[in-house]
Amino acid sequence: MKPAIVLFPGSNREGDAARALELTTGRAPAIVWHADHELPPGTDLVVLPGGFSYGDYLRCGAIAARAPMMDAVRKHAASGGLVLGICNGFQILVESGLLPGVLMRNAGLRFICRMQHLRVERNDTVFTRGYRQHQTIKVAIAHGEGNYEADDETITRLEGDGRVAFRYSDPDGNVTDLSNPNGSTHSIAGIYSEKFNVLGLMPHPENLIDPLIGGVDGLPMFQSLAGFSRAA
Amino acid sequence: MLRNEPQITPELVAQHGLKPDEYQRILALIGRTPTFTELGIFSAMWNEHCSYKSSRLHLRGLPTKAPWVIQGPGENAGVIGIGEGLACVFKMESHNHPSYIEPYQGAATGVGGILRDVFTMGARPVACLNLLRFGAPEHPKTRHLVSGVVAGIAGYGNSFGVPTVAGSVNFHNRYDGNILVNAMAVGIAKANEIFYAKATGVGRPIVYLGSKTGRDGIHGATMASAEFDDKSEEKRPTVQVGDPFSEKLLLEACLEIMQKGCVIAIQDMGAAGLTSSAVEMGAKGDLGIELDLDKVPCRETGMTAYEMMLSESQERMLMVLDPSREAEAEAIFTKWGLDFAVIGKTTDTLRFVIKHGGEVKADLPIKELGDQAPLYDRPWVPTPARPVIEPDSVSPPLSNSDALLKLMGSPDQSSKRWVWEQYDHLILGNSIQQPGGDAAVIRIGNGPKGLALCTDVTQRYCEADPFEGGKQAVAEAWRNLTAVGSLPLALTDNLNFGNPERPEIMGQFVLAVRGIGEAASALDFPIVSGNVSLYNETQGRGILPTPSIGGVGLVEDVTRTATLAFKQEDESIILVGETVGWLGQSVYLRDVCNREEGAPPPVDLPRERKAGDAVRKLIVNRKVSAVHDLSDGGLALAVAEMAVASNIGARLETPVNTLPLHAWLFGEDQGRYVLTCATKETDSVIAEIMNAGVVAKKIGVTGGDSLTLPGEAPVPLARLRSAHENWLPDYMQAR
Repeated sequence: MKPAIVLFPGSNREGDAARALELTTGRAPAIVWHADHELPPGTDLVVLPGGFSYGDYLRCGAIAARAPMMDAVRKHAASGGLVLGICNGFQILVESGLLPGVLMRNAGLRFICRMQHLRVERNDTVFTRGYRQHQTIKVAIAHGEGNYEADDETITRLEGDGRVAFRYSDPDGNVTDLSNPNGSTHSIAGIYSEKFNVLGLMPHPENLIDPLIGGVDGLPMFQSLAGFSRAA
Repeated sequence: MLRNEPQITPELVAQHGLKPDEYQRILALIGRTPTFTELGIFSAMWNEHCSYKSSRLHLRGLPTKAPWVIQGPGENAGVIGIGEGLACVFKMESHNHPSYIEPYQGAATGVGGILRDVFTMGARPVACLNLLRFGAPEHPKTRHLVSGVVAGIAGYGNSFGVPTVAGSVNFHNRYDGNILVNAMAVGIAKANEIFYAKATGVGRPIVYLGSKTGRDGIHGATMASAEFDDKSEEKRPTVQVGDPFSEKLLLEACLEIMQKGCVIAIQDMGAAGLTSSAVEMGAKGDLGIELDLDKVPCRETGMTAYEMMLSESQERMLMVLDPSREAEAEAIFTKWGLDFAVIGKTTDTLRFVIKHGGEVKADLPIKELGDQAPLYDRPWVPTPARPVIEPDSVSPPLSNSDALLKLMGSPDQSSKRWVWEQYDHLILGNSIQQPGGDAAVIRIGNGPKGLALCTDVTQRYCEADPFEGGKQAVAEAWRNLTAVGSLPLALTDNLNFGNPERPEIMGQFVLAVRGIGEAASALDFPIVSGNVSLYNETQGRGILPTPSIGGVGLVEDVTRTATLAFKQEDESIILVGETVGWLGQSVYLRDVCNREEGAPPPVDLPRERKAGDAVRKLIVNRKVSAVHDLSDGGLALAVAEMAVASNIGARLETPVNTLPLHAWLFGEDQGRYVLTCATKETDSVIAEIMNAGVVAKKIGVTGGDSLTLPGEAPVPLARLRSAHENWLPDYMQAR
């Protein structure tokens, strides 16, 4: 597994993502500068980290989506390479057209940082094969604009194709309005691309890799990814 | 285009906040009438905020040294060694007046300013904290101020990418017209790579970095040095606008060029902007500074020298660079998309020379700008002593269980989850103990070491007895750091008081500082940085004296810390420390009996230290399962918080003493802790504490889903929890 993290001006969880990748792959990921044009040769996984790229000015993710490096990321995704967008990374993925929909202001209009349960919708993808089917996991959320919306047709297609990766839930895995922290349609916390090689999610699995700090429910995602190699 | 500069008149001098005798001092110093720009520079350097003219004399006596202190007060932030070649850099600073006028931007730029103070010294920020004081909940502006301040702190810190891990929020009508926003930042650096403001070498380039200069914040520091009146809201234009995105870029660029060894001296542009940063660098290094303002990157056209020298535009830095590394440094700044301009040089003249449009706009002796600032020994009177309230003299208006429910859901004691869930407290992945405990604990890198962090002050104690209140603020910070298992190392203080020209206010200041000094000395807990905020008054009414303390403790092994939540059923609950049932100035007396009265509880410092050292040892040796310090609301509130945090109930036994039960439950005697341990360890834990010369007694057991106070019906935890958790969200939602 050869991962690379794209660093945009204003990214701030790149270190957290790097720590999770290093822990599970045994080596430090490449850090790629937004203004460059090429990914390191042999990159298997591109991570777009959390943060406030370009200060979230204009619209969150909108300016970063037009960075030179994003052309390389689109090419990488088109050829089947893996892309993981976390939080601001998810916002960049929807702004760059790699995933459908939009992330609106949280329904409560406030930034929310807390532990949140998710239901793993399927465990047969390269991102989630370390989880059990419909496992409930506890991860961190930390966002002001994580309210996932899309037109009805898109939502129907995502649901029909099984492209919802995670839903916000209560500790027992029940998906209810009360367990939805930000008003997302169908409690969607993360979605896949058509070919399931691109995943965008608002929560932060990279912050749940240590029993001392909240738990380890984020680890299986990185462990699943660590076992992947395009060459293999 | 140069504009005609205004004539220097007594009115103009007064508008600059300079008293007639201070103006005479300027005339004597420079031997002529100052130019308009020079008058602006003097007003910026000699206001209370920058010169500490009322407070300096009294701050000199504070203990600031210890073997682990690398840098005490006088730099951008304090620095302490924490072992393995690492240093912790931290400071707290107020942004009270701007936050009242424009809560979001005022609070946001407060966070930005304190973060800059920390990374200017070469440290990467790892945590933010704050201490907030708002007016009475029923005051019409309070809700708006809470909402704006919290969003501003969140907006800046979250975007910058540093976890906000702890804080303190209280309400009182004495803050109705003058809220307090004190922000603290903590960073980690290599102990041998700390950067300072002192310039060295003649003829070296002075470089301007960061955002462009605009007309915002002109006279911000002067505003912070005056009382508020009914026109204060007209001062909105003096509040700066924060840009956390630029600050994040500035951080990364600064750390990168520091690491490359390009930097000789560095100073952030905070209060009084370019003026204060340039003077500081020159004066500290015994050098003159010459600036050419035509080279300053400006956001607006037509800015005058006066405006540029006084602008408090945010996210700016001044550096003296190694001339041979200029190109390298510029490339790094360009990469991060930030302005980089050589705007002057160091000289051997000891003059502060400002040129603009081919004219000399100011030419002043640089050392004297700082050193010769007025120093006042203002008259002061001690605060009259208040009577000690005997426990027997207070009759309980409610059952103890009802009193507890009332306190759990009171504005000050209720959960502040609504606040801290807006702060990203998890970023960086090192938050071992999160908001809601006695102190936050963050791991340093991959561990095993960590830092414990807290902010504290009990302003009602300070109002009743500034000396005891000052002592208590320090002792409580020390106790909170101890309760998580850390060794308290040093503190930063943020002294918020009213108008020092009033002898009774000056008396509060003088005595509180003495109390802080006495406790800091007795507890080996030196003051390494701080900030003084005076003139916190509106229309002649001062705030409660509020000397905020930000504490830092060292954890040797983050797996050997304690939290306040009960861990198991059927464990012994042990009370550590002496209980006399002190009800004077307690929240029980204030919020249950409606009496803000009496002398506050005294702090016995040697006893405080003995109790804390014993508790810390038990935590580090893993002998105890949960630990909580006793403060507001005494024993009953502490036990209730431990139960609610864990969802494990408790039963308290009837104490064997002659105290009225409500005094035993709600008294705020100092130097106390509650802890739990396995039943079979009870005797050995108590023996260990008693051997250290501290009183300890088993007072109950954990278990069940309710809390039972002696002689009363059980209170379901669900009721305690909803009282505790609902007050603030309900308040904020109401219109």
